[in-house]
Amino acid sequence: MKAVSVEEAVAMIPAGASVMVGGFMGVGTPERLLDEVVRQNKTDLRLISNDAATPGKGVGKLFDKTLVSKLTATHIGLNPKAQQQMLANQIAVDLVPQGTFVERIRAGGCGLGGVLTPTGVGTLVAEGKRQIEVDGRPFLLETALRAQFALVHAFLADYLGNLAYALTSRNFNPVMAMAADTVIVTAEHIVPVGVIAPDHVVTPAPLVDYLITNG
Amino acid sequence: MDPQIVIARRVAQELKSGNLVNLGIGIPTLVANYVPSELKVFFQSENGLIGTGPIPEQGMAHPTLTDAGGRPISALPGASTFDSAISFGLIRGGHVDVTVLGGLQVDAHGHLANWMIPGKMVPGMGGAMDLVSGAKRVIVAMQHAAKGKSKIVAKCSLPLTSARPVNLVVTDLAVIGFPEGKATLLETAPGVSVGEVLALTEAELAIPDNVPEMRL
Repeated sequence: MKAVSVEEAVAMIPAGASVMVGGFMGVGTPERLLDEVVRQNKTDLRLISNDAATPGKGVGKLFDKTLVSKLTATHIGLNPKAQQQMLANQIAVDLVPQGTFVERIRAGGCGLGGVLTPTGVGTLVAEGKRQIEVDGRPFLLETALRAQFALVHAFLADYLGNLAYALTSRNFNPVMAMAADTVIVTAEHIVPVGVIAPDHVVTPAPLVDYLITNG
Repeated sequence: MDPQIVIARRVAQELKSGNLVNLGIGIPTLVANYVPSELKVFFQSENGLIGTGPIPEQGMAHPTLTDAGGRPISALPGASTFDSAISFGLIRGGHVDVTVLGGLQVDAHGHLANWMIPGKMVPGMGGAMDLVSGAKRVIVAMQHAAKGKSKIVAKCSLPLTSARPVNLVVTDLAVIGFPEGKATLLETAPGVSVGEVLALTEAELAIPDNVPEMRL
């Protein structure tokens, strides 16, 4: 793990990169990193995020500046700008059931080729996918999902990069921290090693590549 | 009584002590207000919480304690938080006893459509497909008709949420179940006749000899 400034961290992300961003309706999203992505005008991003948040909040900021060219998400209904950009074909949107979304990312982080899920069988979601029967029950083969970068927000980080999360701001963050080539983290508090007890570490330090320094 | 309150109060009667329950956005959210306090029901919010409590008093909201719509909520003593993989493991894995969702259409066999209107509204399915596929019992809470048009249809014209039929539909006019895969009128709302229900129901509805009125 290396401690870097938010400017240095975002400078590593090229235009057109695939980026996973933690958070659920902007809760548990690394806002400082997104502000800097906007400031450095990183365009053509292939965003993987549960939702499109709302304008001005969380990943919603990326849609305010039309920085996204492809979106993989579960729900974008609360961001009219993302909806407009989808309906105008400015963004290619892949809508995925939320349980499938998180399992695909988990599979990507855990070295699996994908997962078999009953969700989506017999619906539009099944189109173009392999259906596999196990013990007489139909499942869809949903492939693993990874990204070049994961932008993660934690409640506590220690100087080694161990992370702990707060309440509902945990959501997709620990799963995405497993599934990207480069993991960049912001934290509410950076604390000395040992403050987060081993049993309370959710994301172990070796998964974190860059921790954004506070201040 | 307000039609939404009729629905919420009737659905609340379906919950039992010890149940793990997921409530969707809209009318389903109201159900929590009508659960008797002696009933110990665990409410799950799929963004990672079991033990959701009421909306916090002014000034007591915390930015890391929210519902699936991103709005502030509270957590009751004994609440637990977890990541989204566990949250949907609970849902898809059959650990959620009851899910209550809104609906756009339910058909004569209990199939639900509630996530998109092609060309008009494509918000995404969020957690709805997993909830309908995985919860032990699926209850739809919705108005019986929209702009005079029945939402209980012969066959869904909108894309389905799941191939699995729902267990119960509670509307402002009726309770409908699906014994042997066939829409059946189980109860009528207070002051509503069987004829009035039929007039606003497009699907063929089986009518048992005795159709009691909801007891709210």
